[in-house]
Amino acid sequence: MSTLNNTAKTYTGTATSRVDGRAKVTGAAKYAGDFNSGGLAYGAVVEATIARGRIVRIDASEALRVPGVLDVITHENRPRVADSDEAWKDDVAPEEGSPFRPLYDDAVKFNQQPIALVLAEEWEIARYAASLVRVDYEKQPFVTDVHRKRDNAIVVAKPDKPRGDVAKAFAAAEVRHEADYFIPTEHHNPMELFASTAMWEAGGPLTVYDKTQGVQNVQGFLCSVFEKKPDEIRVISPYVGGAFGAGLRPQYQVVLAVMGALKLQRSVRLVLTRQQMYGLGYRPATIERLALGAQRNGTLDAITHEAIGITSQFEEFSRNDTGWSALLYASPNARYEHRVAQLDVPTSCDMRAPGAATGVYALESAMDELAVALKMDPVELRLRCYSDRDQNENLPYTSKRLRECYREGAAAFGWDKRQPEPRSMRDGKTLVGWGMASGVWEALQMPVAVRIVMTANGHAEVSCAASDIGTGTYTIMAQVAADSLGLPIENITIRLADSTLPRAPVEGGSWMAASACHAVIATASEVRKELLRLAKLMKTSPLADAVEEDVALSDGKLVSRTQAERGVSISDMMRHGAVERIEREKTNEFAQDNAHARNTHSAVFAEVKVDEELGVIRVTRVVSAVAAGRVLNPKTGRSQVMGAIVGGIGMALHEETIYDHGLGRIVNHDIAEYHVPVNADIHDIEVIFVDEPDTLINPLGMKGLGEIGIVGVAAAVANAVYHATGVRVRDLPITLDKVLTRRQAA
Amino acid sequence: MIPFQYTKANDVTDAVRLIAANGGAKFIAGGTNLLDLMKDNVERPTTLIDISRLPLTSVEETASGGLRIGALVPNADLAWHPLIEKRYPLLASAIMAGASQQLRNMASTGGNLLQRTRCAYFYDTATPCNKRQPGSGCSALNGVSRGHAILGASASCIATHPSDMCVALAALDATVHVTGPTGARVIPFADFHRLPGDTPHVDTNLGPDEIITAIEVPAKGFAANHSYLKIRDRMSYAFALVSVAAALELKDGTIQEARLALGGVAHKPWRDVAAEGALRGRPAEEASFARAADLLLRDARPQAHNGFKVDLARRAIIRTLSQAAHGTPQSQSNKTIQ
Ligand SMILES: Cc1cc2nc3c(=O)[nH]c(=O)nc-3n(C[C@H](O)[C@H](O)[C@H](O)COP(=O)(O)OP(=O)(O)OC[C@H]3O[C@@H](n4cnc5c(N)ncnc54)[C@H](O)[C@@H]3O)c2cc1C
Ligand code: SF4
Repeated sequence: MSTLNNTAKTYTGTATSRVDGRAKVTGAAKYAGDFNSGGLAYGAVVEATIARGRIVRIDASEALRVPGVLDVITHENRPRVADSDEAWKDDVAPEEGSPFRPLYDDAVKFNQQPIALVLAEEWEIARYAASLVRVDYEKQPFVTDVHRKRDNAIVVAKPDKPRGDVAKAFAAAEVRHEADYFIPTEHHNPMELFASTAMWEAGGPLTVYDKTQGVQNVQGFLCSVFEKKPDEIRVISPYVGGAFGAGLRPQYQVVLAVMGALKLQRSVRLVLTRQQMYGLGYRPATIERLALGAQRNGTLDAITHEAIGITSQFEEFSRNDTGWSALLYASPNARYEHRVAQLDVPTSCDMRAPGAATGVYALESAMDELAVALKMDPVELRLRCYSDRDQNENLPYTSKRLRECYREGAAAFGWDKRQPEPRSMRDGKTLVGWGMASGVWEALQMPVAVRIVMTANGHAEVSCAASDIGTGTYTIMAQVAADSLGLPIENITIRLADSTLPRAPVEGGSWMAASACHAVIATASEVRKELLRLAKLMKTSPLADAVEEDVALSDGKLVSRTQAERGVSISDMMRHGAVERIEREKTNEFAQDNAHARNTHSAVFAEVKVDEELGVIRVTRVVSAVAAGRVLNPKTGRSQVMGAIVGGIGMALHEETIYDHGLGRIVNHDIAEYHVPVNADIHDIEVIFVDEPDTLINPLGMKGLGEIGIVGVAAAVANAVYHATGVRVRDLPITLDKVLTRRQAA
Repeated sequence: MIPFQYTKANDVTDAVRLIAANGGAKFIAGGTNLLDLMKDNVERPTTLIDISRLPLTSVEETASGGLRIGALVPNADLAWHPLIEKRYPLLASAIMAGASQQLRNMASTGGNLLQRTRCAYFYDTATPCNKRQPGSGCSALNGVSRGHAILGASASCIATHPSDMCVALAALDATVHVTGPTGARVIPFADFHRLPGDTPHVDTNLGPDEIITAIEVPAKGFAANHSYLKIRDRMSYAFALVSVAAALELKDGTIQEARLALGGVAHKPWRDVAAEGALRGRPAEEASFARAADLLLRDARPQAHNGFKVDLARRAIIRTLSQAAHGTPQSQSNKTIQ
């Protein structure tokens, strides 16, 4: 953008601290459950305690007798809601199925399903009264274990087509590897609890503060469910305390909060408990089967990738687990199959890098096993079958610097000192293991609109309905706005996540950074055009004969790109034209390009140290080299990838939603028992951003960093554990008991 | 939470009078366990008697050379107390292995003894649990039992006691000073916690109207040769799969006296005097440690999901005794197992 040779600071590409950091650490940032109003009523949810059946009787009389209780809403007395499945489908809902409708009827479809909402003057009263609601059920048989449904899982259509004749190629391959891998159900466990505050105003719209990754998705959904006009409901979500995909679809608490407000004609706040968050969506438990056939020289002939993921009985959720190999490894023959096992559980949903975090874990574990079978270095194997094309679409990439990722990652890690034999490296009594894996994710971009209001004092407000779920959207938008408007970042105010603001999709899929930033640029150029018009109105304007392409905004001035001394200050132009504010709104536009694949890539290297006698595993080093186009903010970008690596370590060693399949109930439904890594589990993490110029993808050459950081990490750790111990644990998480007992069995 | 009355005790006598007069009342000290259980409707006290301000916060030397620790000394203060660090580092280390800094700041010495099991079913009122609701059944027996007991369990309950501090106190031969309506008494640590038998809802032998006033540790602190090793699913902030407190008195490489207690394996901190006896007079070397471990685990009976615990306990015992013998106790802060 800046061929301009000036002294003004350029924010884009520079490490910039979060513009919302201070508000967050001082508590000034308000989250959905923080908003208040006079006469607020509090909700508490009653959950089902069976996995499947029917509510025969629900008795709220005792609860209603508690002083301070205002109402108990059940399927028997709820306000009217829409009856069609279509009306309950939000933007992110799976195409197939019938979305869950809280308090709709007497059916119990999963354990922890909300079956009543208690409303009271105080939260403690509501919570107490909730414990007094008596429910009689008619129980029905249920299944919550994917392994019991393995053989009658249903095939779901995925776009990736088979190539060649994989059965024949596999049979003829010189070296074969075939195995099952398993990823258990995981819950997102964002720090912030799911919460909604619905503000009732007689005659006015209902304003709903909600924890969500997409305010307009929630707004549209609520209007459709409650049969309201668009201006009757407004949804706001200024800050989100983490979501990781859990906030993509509207969660049931927002429906209940609105039901409560409509029924009471009063403002209602509903905050779920940590335990109740295990009644929401989750990363589906997935069985992955890989069959790889190769030649001795390390080229691949056959790839079969099959996955069975879980979903509810009423919706078919699944993502692409199986097609990733085509983006990484050349193989003339490939076949993919995805099936879903329908269980008596809530519908599964997106969780950071959905499909890839699981599918690539399995693929990259299998590649490691193939390298062992070939007696070949794992990096060398990946280079031997490196693919310069996306074989699913048969397209080249806008850019793909994965080779550089392998090279730079390996160099930083010291991979050349690796001894190939398992159990051959030691540090005193501990076994040392080095493992690696590739990562791959999408670089999508979506239509996003941005409004800019520039005032004569040189300030600009930039607004958009997009959410910042902690990823840094506020910050990078401010950076790009400051640069494209030629203002210091302090003069930029970003307003996000209000459904009345210009259109944006949900924040997910790692598409928001590129999409929102290009919307800022597009709108800023409209502002610039208007300023040029004003400049030309001025007598003796130094820009009198300038054309649009010649001028840029810099340092509070509109200046000539070629002669920086030719310029007019923004305030002069606006004052002269008697214009107080310039307001423009525009949607980003990306060049149509169906001739290239767009992806981000990474190479992850991990070191583990394993106490041989006790089985205790520590991940002592991770180096992740990421190629994701131009990195707008190395500081927030690095934080994204680091956080994702920690998530990947958790996936490898800790995370697992544990079911009691006899009861059909989750047993570790709190964060004391559902383990994610703590500080003591995290050692050195190094993030390398590989230089990846990309002139095709978009003007800034950027791709997005939200998810790529987690892909491959679990496999790198698992491969390192194998290298350390000689034990291949193919079912996550790799806990010490698995390492100990399987080594003895081996 | 279920509504309850709240009252403050002025002194120990007052506390005992209040609890005797209020059926269904409970003391609250740090509240780190009790409040969690109340939020889950597992504990349903009618009255909370706040004892957190009682003057039971000193650590004093006793005439016999031991220390008397007030029941309300916070876990964190105790771990960092100069006399504990110097003379009873095993106790300091075990405390530091538990919970988090925030919890240790709030948690009291007395409350730590009375913390309840972490068996997930006990916390979930939607499931049967004999400990929570006598006679309702034990969900863990046919359910998820990875974290459960391998020693001393019964057909009614297979839960474990979760404390780290108590494992060290058991090894150190501590005594528990309690006061009830009929006066004060002293309970040896080994008799304080109970095995589940067919009354798993009764965790300890503390009377319903009794208050813990102090814990006493005798003179012998084994400061030279001790170690506390906690094996868990992550490096901090997780309960023990198996933990071991080991303390040795050595002379020319021969064991004069040994203490060995385990956490995470039974309904109480598991101390085995027979295994300790087998170490006495033996050289401080792996073969002796292995024999003691085998003896201690002779009656171990794993559940469906925790077969690994028996072998893990054996390995942990050997490691901990060897750390103790070498005078290189397990560090609780350096992110690694030595
Ligand atoms: C997330 C989490 C993780 C934890 N991890 C660990 C761990 O790894 N290791 C570990 O050892 N502990 C751990 N803890 C438990 C913690 O150590 C205990 O909760 C704490 O020690 C209890 O002390 P308190 O003073 O808070 O007890 P409270 O919660 O106040 O009371 C507990 C019980 O003791 C009774 N009580 C308290 N004081 C007295 C007294 N003087 N006389 C008679 N009765 C009394 C109360 O009535 C109540 O029944 C963890 C706790 C949490 C919440
Ligand atoms: S093990 Fe004990 S605490 Fe756990 S469910 Fe069984 S009876 Fe309850």
